[in-house]
Amino acid sequence: MLKIYKKIEEINNKNEKVLSVFLTAGYPDRENFVELALGVLDAGADMLEIGIPFSDPLADGAVIQKSSHVAIENGVNLDTVFEFSRLIRAKTDKPLILMGYANPVFRYGVKRFLVDAVDCGIDGLIIPDIPLEEYDSFYPSDEILLDRILLTTPQSGEERIKKIDCISSGFVYCVSVSGTTGVRNSFSDAEIKSLQNTGSLIKKNKMLVGFGISTVENIRQVSPFCDGVIVGSAVIKKLDESGSSGVFDLVKTLKSGCRGLT
Amino acid sequence: MLNKNEYNQPDKNGKFGIYGGRFVPEILVPALRELEELYTEVKKDPKFREEFQNLQQKYNCRPTPLTYAQRLTNHFGTGKIYLKREDLNHTGAHKINNVLGQVLMAQKLGKTRIIAETGAGQHGVAVATACAKFGLKCVVYMGEVDIKRQAPNVFRMKLLGAEVVPVVSGSRTLKDATNEAIRDWVTNVKDTHYIIGSVVGPHPYPMIVRDFQSVIGVETKEQIFKEEGRLPDIIVACVGGGSNAMGIFHPFINNEGVRLIGVEAAGLGLESGKHCASLTLGRVGIFQGMMSYLLQDDDGQVSEVHSISAGLDYPGSGPEHSYLKDIDRCEYFSVTDEEALEATSLLARLEGIIPALETAHALAYLNYLMPATTKDQIVVVNVSGRGDKDLGTIIENLRTSEPQNFGTSELRNLRTSEPQNFGTSELRNLRTSERNLRTSEPQNFGTSEL
Repeated sequence: MLKIYKKIEEINNKNEKVLSVFLTAGYPDRENFVELALGVLDAGADMLEIGIPFSDPLADGAVIQKSSHVAIENGVNLDTVFEFSRLIRAKTDKPLILMGYANPVFRYGVKRFLVDAVDCGIDGLIIPDIPLEEYDSFYPSDEILLDRILLTTPQSGEERIKKIDCISSGFVYCVSVSGTTGVRNSFSDAEIKSLQNTGSLIKKNKMLVGFGISTVENIRQVSPFCDGVIVGSAVIKKLDESGSSGVFDLVKTLKSGCRGLT
Repeated sequence: MLNKNEYNQPDKNGKFGIYGGRFVPEILVPALRELEELYTEVKKDPKFREEFQNLQQKYNCRPTPLTYAQRLTNHFGTGKIYLKREDLNHTGAHKINNVLGQVLMAQKLGKTRIIAETGAGQHGVAVATACAKFGLKCVVYMGEVDIKRQAPNVFRMKLLGAEVVPVVSGSRTLKDATNEAIRDWVTNVKDTHYIIGSVVGPHPYPMIVRDFQSVIGVETKEQIFKEEGRLPDIIVACVGGGSNAMGIFHPFINNEGVRLIGVEAAGLGLESGKHCASLTLGRVGIFQGMMSYLLQDDDGQVSEVHSISAGLDYPGSGPEHSYLKDIDRCEYFSVTDEEALEATSLLARLEGIIPALETAHALAYLNYLMPATTKDQIVVVNVSGRGDKDLGTIIENLRTSEPQNFGTSELRNLRTSEPQNFGTSELRNLRTSERNLRTSEPQNFGTSEL
């Protein structure tokens, strides 16, 4: 359970920020996905978020929506996702996190899902449409061996942020902006101030910032207030534009932007 | 089983039994909480109630009549059929009942921008109408497929000053329009209120929409007492998301002697896989903020569904319907596209009322229901909307299917004589004025208030 936290701590102790990379499982194809994922980790990603495709991804912008639909067309389901996870886990010790919407997990059976995920070497879980309000009724009351990572947003407010910090483990996923996932130019002063405020309220966990992180400049802008960043849409977009080698270059660049930051 | 004194749903967490809830991204939760708090306040506020009543009576035209359908009754020769005339609302459907209430709430929240999803366009038109009246910016998301099949309503919304955003993702119908509206809300939640058009989505929407729509059932109860001195035996309403059905059902839930029947869209047939019968064939799922019955595959991916009626073309249903099904208080059945088309024609010929294709599903169920009724029984059908918006679809289908099923020479003539123009001068005029508006003031079209 402490694996994700420890990994972040270990990297922060080297004056580096953590780079977590999101990939949609089975995108752009199933055959080379494991290789792609391992390549991303080799290129410098400290953690991997494997996206479970869903037909109606509410919190996602156009880039991840499209990848999700292609993955479904490629026949990706939770069995495939677990198979990918197992193969990736066999070749790396870095934290692996599953990220997906509630319904595929619910249909699979939440208990069974949690057991199978741990069995495949998954360390953490992010389900954006299970907020605090649904957390207790969605998860079984038995002991759960996965870190469950909740999200904060600029709208969350002090009390909610504290509760989210209290319930989350692994890290808290701080959504930088109001909106869906996707590439943005830079962050406004208000958005940075909101990050700073959220960071000051999160005591128990490490905090990673996601949504709208696509460049080294973005990372420099948010790094004083967080322990790491999450990159998703920018990676998928790069994958569409210039294939896996382009993605590996991007990850290398972004990771170099994470170094030398306290 | 249901104890009649105990029906008080949802609970404080917005659950109807296991259904409902708030399955949304974190960013929307504070807005939902704020909306819930405001609603708790205004519900008890006599001033708000008065303001709402006033609008309902003097801007909309409530109460809507309860019409005895004599020739339809004779047609079946069994129970007496009454029609609750929601088609006579301003904008032509029940949707405006909810919209007027929510627009008043949006103003109290200080929101200046309103967004909505629409399928048939009835909700979109109602929202555009209320926004015009109150001077609010209005953006309506509508699937590309629906934009095509509900063209008159698209034009109506634009004329009312709304921006209509075509949605090209997924099946390009109501579900996808709802996704896009939610994405907009996620992005603009600070200044924007989302007016959901049905008893779906995260808490408190299913409750708020139901309460604003329950005026339908409250009036029906009074009116049928006046006419017949007693409650009806059976109430029938169509169910997509289920707002007109919840509206007429809710005030009768504690009257256990009244059968409540919801009719879903069986599309091309339940066995075809191309239907929207989520309460009949769906499985419990989590979708667009709620837990409810949902048409989905074994992997939990939401199904692409079909109905000839854009307003029913949705893979889920409201959580309260799911609950009422489970506790056996309401019954749910389904009828096909073809049956709905036949019922449209039947009501037009027998009662002089052209119903919306959505409503036609409730009417079509009478073919199954009425033979089992007796002459002393009373059936109320909720005529949720009028069918003018559907003329294009109706003519299209008359053209391709067998005309003898529709049995009216008038419609056959329409089909053969003027296939290009939809045969009605009203629609021709709409098209002409749309062209004129487009050419004369394109830069202002749809955004004149901005």
